[in-house]
Amino acid sequence: MNNKLGKQTVKINDVGIISSAAIVGEKEGKGPLADSFDIVLPDNEWNEKTWEKTESKMQREAVKLSLTKIGLTTENVDRIFSGDLLNQCIGAAFGLRDLDIPYYGIYGACSTMVEGISLAAQIIDGGFADVAAAVTSSHFCTAERQYRNPLEYGGQRTPSAQWTVTGAGSAILKKGEGDVKVTHITAGKIVDMGVKDANNMGGAMAPAAYSTIKAHFKERNISPSEYDLIVTGDLGKIGAEILVELLQKDGIDISSNYKDCGCMIYNIEEQDVHAGASGCGCIGSVLCGYLLPLMKKKEISSLLAVGTGALLSPTSTLQGETVPTIAHAVSLKTRE
Amino acid sequence: MQYSKKEYLDYLNQKSPNSTIIKDIICAFLVGGIICVIGQAFYDLYNKAFGIDEETARTAVSVTMVFLGAFLTGINVYGKIAKYAGAGTLVPITGFANAIVSPAMEFKKEGLVLGLAAKMFVIAGPVLVYGITASAFVGVIYYIIGLMGGSL
Repeated sequence: MNNKLGKQTVKINDVGIISSAAIVGEKEGKGPLADSFDIVLPDNEWNEKTWEKTESKMQREAVKLSLTKIGLTTENVDRIFSGDLLNQCIGAAFGLRDLDIPYYGIYGACSTMVEGISLAAQIIDGGFADVAAAVTSSHFCTAERQYRNPLEYGGQRTPSAQWTVTGAGSAILKKGEGDVKVTHITAGKIVDMGVKDANNMGGAMAPAAYSTIKAHFKERNISPSEYDLIVTGDLGKIGAEILVELLQKDGIDISSNYKDCGCMIYNIEEQDVHAGASGCGCIGSVLCGYLLPLMKKKEISSLLAVGTGALLSPTSTLQGETVPTIAHAVSLKTRE
Repeated sequence: MQYSKKEYLDYLNQKSPNSTIIKDIICAFLVGGIICVIGQAFYDLYNKAFGIDEETARTAVSVTMVFLGAFLTGINVYGKIAKYAGAGTLVPITGFANAIVSPAMEFKKEGLVLGLAAKMFVIAGPVLVYGITASAFVGVIYYIIGLMGGSL
């Protein structure tokens, strides 16, 4: 049984997403997708002493919620894949430490949600687990203090800057079940086009999304019309526009069925988020809270979800390094 | 990829919107100006109304403005003004207060010593280092010119 379709793409035989849950912050709860999320936090803290604790709690509660929805407990989960943006991925490790589930910590920056689903689907399809979970989170306040300035600091954001989503998403995958099937996975390569501006992440990540999407279509020998919808994680206004143009130049037209989660979760002008949203929790909450339930309701029957991540650190930025980026893709189809 | 790295950066640059410089400059000028007018008003109050001597009144104005900057940071107002004012709120002494107080507030959670105290100068630190160094340097030049019988 050879499931390898090419260097990057594999076929998944029988794995489905059986449940998902999303928790978001106050600002996201005022955006256009507000009604899709399971929990909207009342404030930045959610009864915790630090924002880091809040972020961990969001991961933990998202997992629990996605399990209770289908009557499962942590007992039933064989593996959990999780990561976040905090140093040493403490959002994941601290949030999930009491769940008693075998854990793999992963880091794909804002592509972590799709990376987690990719690994969970492969490990299940390979017969190494029956049920696996993929989780991720980001929190505006924890990300700001790690990557940028204190919240009260009086600074201005550039027009290309993106707003980190406070949000967490959890998806539960199982062999042979679920209304939404994972059909293919395309693993991303690290792409670095020499962008140094840490305030233009969408522009830095667009080439990675281009590379992965192109490989996906080529190795599966299909065209974009195969999908009802193609989404990227957090390219924002600038990155999304660039991605469409880059693919167009290669004769791949995604302009009619493409959206970016970073442009979906906020009212960009009204909520003053400059170029759009970013963060692990962006595609995490949009996919788990909005898109997967939409597929379950059969409003869309095929989706290519592409998580995009910028693999930089505050240290690398200070040292003047360019930004390596990555995009992972997972192809989802409603079960017939 | 159809672009070389250099071509891509040019393309990205052209795709990315620039800051609204004229608007930013006008906002900075107005807000920065207003802050200075407030400072001058305190000076007149201390010097003329209270009869405090010139030098002490100047110091009192600095203390007052630093207090106001810190206070407005504490109640989450300074950052909101700064969003529109940019350099107008950054350059005056109130901006210095904001740069000290904002990390102090944020890093309090990591403890009073290694959090609050250590991180307090994370933004303002470079200003102090180079500001003090530069003033010492200027002082030396001033001294040498004085020795040579000149005056500034």
